Amino acid sequence: MKIVGLRLATTAVFALAFALAVKAADRDEGGDSAHGFQAKLEYCKTCHGLSGEGYRGYFPMPRLAGQQPKYIENQLRAFIERRRVNPVMFNVAHVLSPATLAALSEHFRNLNPEPIGGGPRDHIALGKTIFEQGLPESNVPACSACHGPEAKGHEEIPRLAGQLFPYTLKALSYWGKERGVGGSRDDTSAIMVPTTHNLTHEQMSAIAAYLSYMK
Amino acid sequence: MKRITSKPAVLAIIMACVASPLSAQESLPIRNCTWCHGSSAQGYTSAPRIAGQTHRYIENSLLSFKSHARDNPASKQYMWGAAANLSGETARGFAVYFSELPASPANDGDEALASEGKSIYVEGRPASNVVSCIVCHGPNAEGFEGIPRLGGMGHDYLKRRLEQWNEGYHAAAEPMPRIAKRLSANEIEALASYLSFVR
Ligand code: HEC
Ligand code: HEC
Ligand code: HEC
Ligand code: HEC
Repeated sequence: MKIVGLRLATTAVFALAFALAVKAADRDEGGDSAHGFQAKLEYCKTCHGLSGEGYRGYFPMPRLAGQQPKYIENQLRAFIERRRVNPVMFNVAHVLSPATLAALSEHFRNLNPEPIGGGPRDHIALGKTIFEQGLPESNVPACSACHGPEAKGHEEIPRLAGQLFPYTLKALSYWGKERGVGGSRDDTSAIMVPTTHNLTHEQMSAIAAYLSYMK
Repeated sequence: MKRITSKPAVLAIIMACVASPLSAQESLPIRNCTWCHGSSAQGYTSAPRIAGQTHRYIENSLLSFKSHARDNPASKQYMWGAAANLSGETARGFAVYFSELPASPANDGDEALASEGKSIYVEGRPASNVVSCIVCHGPNAEGFEGIPRLGGMGHDYLKRRLEQWNEGYHAAAEPMPRIAKRLSANEIEALASYLSFVR
């Protein structure tokens, strides 16, 4: 036992020395502008997950992995122009140079981590039905008509597959309060207004749960 | 900062923890913990407040002491022994018990730095890639599931935790090592000060 303990302690000391050396190098590079983009990307991933899979904090951080570059770019601009209201992302986005903003938007397209999942499983079948067929009797279109049969999105229309359950539910529930704010007529969020109006809370929850497991 | 000074006393406590068949006991041996963490678990010298902490975080922490993934010097010295014999079930029992105790704020930071600390906590420092803390730890630093409550914890403890990530300790605590890396000494001081006053 004692010998094992000592070994562990020695390994820990070496590990620590190594970690310190790495940290020191990292710090020096932080000031070098050539590494500015990598540092910014790491910053995004601290909140949005190391592979862009999203993160469940007190506020849900949405999945960006596999997201359409045009959608990401449009949303970042919407945060900056306050068409889309979110204090956290306003702060994040308004310091980005146009070139960095465009490059970041491209980056997440090719990431493909497993979805986090986690939506309640009891109404998934209803979610699937609404996604594929809509609810004609309540004027809800099939989501797949725009978001694609596999919910991968297209250009300004976002991917929904694998999105975090609490995030999708929040997005649908507070649509008009968070998006298309300030009366801008050209805002892409207007397309979703009738859809979100006609869904009940239970139906939103069912769709969000279904999407949370979709690869 | 005061340390737990009497080595023999501490050793005796650790021995007591190791020796007692924790998992077999029906009621939890709470005194084994409150010896160090203070009688109502509000924290005492280097042992932090655990009263009112989220139960998921307490449970995760106990398991990380047991597996030695949390290897901060004080963890190694005091908690590795205290957690060595905990079964998963006992760890959960302690976690629920302490999470339900009322917590009072330490109020021991530098008041002059509190507003600066709050601004970092809420907004981050986007230009230098410092993330805002509010997104994970919550508007009142109340924590969320496995993410710990920070509001009202002792200034010295919070400061030490943030500094020790930059010294390479507890590297497994994703995402905190990469967050702490971006913080300057002044920012750590301001954050620890602000948080010590949050109720
Ligand atoms: C401090 C945490 C944090 C950081 C850092 C952060 N984000 Fe976000 N991001 C969020 C939160 C929270 C939301 C959800 C906003 C909402 O609910 O409307 C979000 C939303 C977004 C969205 C909208 C996604 C969607 O599906 O509509 C995009 C795009 C985005 N972030 C990109 C980025 C990029 C790029 C970076 C790095 C420059 C970044 N974020 C850094 C927390 C963060
Ligand atoms: C007519 C096309 C259309 C239909 C039908 C449609 N959407 Fe959308 N959806 C969009 C567009 C465009 C956006 C981007 C809005 C923006 O730019 O703010 C969007 C955005 C969203 C978002 C926000 C995603 C994010 O990452 O923040 C969700 C969630 C969503 N749609 C769910 C649905 C659901 C559920 C349905 C079916 C009930 C549906 N949509 C039907 C076009 C459509
Ligand atoms: C010998 C003194 C001592 C005993 C006994 C002790 N602790 Fe600790 N505990 C500490 C110290 C010191 C720390 C801070 C470790 C660090 O700074 O890394 C700590 C940290 C913790 C943490 C992490 C708190 C946080 O916010 O990260 C938890 C949880 C904890 N102890 C629970 C317990 C429980 C439950 C018991 C009883 C089974 C117990 N402790 C017994 C001294 C002790
Ligand atoms: C993306 C989510 C996230 C963000 C953002 C975040 N934290 Fe954390 N924090 C965590 C998690 C998860 C833990 C628990 C880590 C573990 O023990 O495994 C933690 C632990 C901590 C701890 C240890 C508390 C204790 O009781 O020992 C401190 C201190 C802390 N965070 C401070 C901060 C500060 C200050 C900020 C802002 C600069 C911040 N955190 C931002 C997720 C986050």
